Amino acid sequence: MSIDVAFRLAQRGGFALDVAFSAPGRGVTALFGRSGSGKTTVLRCIAGLQRAQGRCEINGESWQSDDAWLAPHRRATGYVFQEASLFTHLSVRGNLTYGSKRRTGEASRISFDDAIGLLGLGALLERSPGSLSGGERQRVAIARALLSGPRLLLMDEPLSALDVDAKQKILPYLERVYNELDLPVLYVTHDPQEVARLADRVVLLEQGQVRSSGPVAGVMTSLRLPFAGFDNASAVLAGVVGGHDETFHLTFVTCGGNRFVIPRETLAVGAHTRLQVHARDVSITLNVHHDSSISNIIPVVIADTRDLDHGQVLLRLRLDDGQNLLARITRRSAIALGIREGMFVYAQIKGAALIG
Amino acid sequence: MAIDWQPVWLTLQLATLTTLILLLVGTPLAWWLSQTRCFCRDWVGAIVALPLVLPPTVLGFYLLLLLGPQGIIGGTMQDLGLDTLPFTFPGLVVGSVLYSLPFVVQPVRNAFEAMGRRPMEVAATLRAGPLDAFLSVALPLALPGFLTGAVLGFAHTVGEFGVVLMIGGNIPGETKVLSVAIYDHVETLEWSQAHWLAGGMLAFSFLVVAAMYRLERHMRRRDHEY
Repeated sequence: MSIDVAFRLAQRGGFALDVAFSAPGRGVTALFGRSGSGKTTVLRCIAGLQRAQGRCEINGESWQSDDAWLAPHRRATGYVFQEASLFTHLSVRGNLTYGSKRRTGEASRISFDDAIGLLGLGALLERSPGSLSGGERQRVAIARALLSGPRLLLMDEPLSALDVDAKQKILPYLERVYNELDLPVLYVTHDPQEVARLADRVVLLEQGQVRSSGPVAGVMTSLRLPFAGFDNASAVLAGVVGGHDETFHLTFVTCGGNRFVIPRETLAVGAHTRLQVHARDVSITLNVHHDSSISNIIPVVIADTRDLDHGQVLLRLRLDDGQNLLARITRRSAIALGIREGMFVYAQIKGAALIG
Repeated sequence: MAIDWQPVWLTLQLATLTTLILLLVGTPLAWWLSQTRCFCRDWVGAIVALPLVLPPTVLGFYLLLLLGPQGIIGGTMQDLGLDTLPFTFPGLVVGSVLYSLPFVVQPVRNAFEAMGRRPMEVAATLRAGPLDAFLSVALPLALPGFLTGAVLGFAHTVGEFGVVLMIGGNIPGETKVLSVAIYDHVETLEWSQAHWLAGGMLAFSFLVVAAMYRLERHMRRRDHEY
């Protein structure tokens, strides 16, 4: 079960696009890159909306090879565009059933009622697309794509046309879709925050080529890749909810031998979850201070360092279970503390947040 | 004074038939013009638009040559044992279709172009084949363009004179349409009949254009909710 693609698009004096990557046939794979890096083109080639040389194999089914090319309407994709692109001549219900009526072969993984429930569309069915808010329209577009019976969900920056508020509201819906349906997703974005929150794996595209790919945690904390250098760079840690403290309104999350304390969250004990820790929220100390207001002080090993501009140093810190954190400190502090690779220190974490 | 209703009836028949044929012929042509990347697109577009600028007599003159017994088409028809088209009702329909072509093709083409490629792409990702997508998405979305085109094509055919005179002549019940009848009445100094027909045409044309503007505004409001 895997997604296996390779596309080449010739341009005068070279290739506008020359990518090849594989991704597991389940979970969310983010295609990340700046505008012009070719990520949308890759998605369009997979859907068959654009032609490039190459091949495209989705979970054992060939959609494109050297001598065959399947028309877009014969590919079991669900495509969510940047703008919802609902049909204005149809009601919300008409939009939703457009794809489900034309579905061929195998039964859908999701029924009409389930899709309505999953994306909260019950009250909108008879409305016209023109009367919906941006977030509502995008939810309809997602449900419409799901109901067409896709074996692969393609999402092209589905949140980028929404304002911050609408984005926050739609994220939980996306997470529900990803968690409840066993459907591989390719998710195009240029927002590291969306990668951290939604993706399991990342394919990093630069100028039409694959720069790197792998599990989110590794790509985001590699100091040789651009993610770690972003102003709002962060690390994602997988953990298990270990318990709650009702008196102080806290939740404990266990990662390996360490226990993170975060504000109370409504999650069952034992649930798998992800913690996001921003590089700017992590400082380094050589000894544990029990007189500190910071409650998360975690023993780590400095695994890698990289000098940034403006007198700052970026550190990759390895936890006892092999997971990584990022820290950004000043060069002055780094020299004062004698920071070097392999050194044993404590990471003081000012803030950690659950992300799904 | 009695109004001769025959030219009015004939004109309505001609305009209705012409509009129907134009919708059938013009739709694929407008779609092709709106989608193709062929270098010949502008040339074909120019040929379609020619009747906008050409004196109707020029168009009528060439049609007469082509369709007459000595013309390529007319000669072939004769060889096949068919009647030639000049000075017949079918001949008028052929002339009207060509003459009113741009008035139908242009609004429909504009509507297809304004729609963009996205709706058809969405339809394809929702498993609609090209013809299915055209019928279920492109046609309904371009409906305002079709209405404009049909109204313009109809009204323009009702109002044609030069082509009719060249290729149709003035045969009562066969090719004598409204505009020719008015001309006839004026020539024979039957002012009162001319007044009734001309005034009726004026009122009809005004109503048609006004109704079209209202309809367009209504449609645009529907689309701009989006």
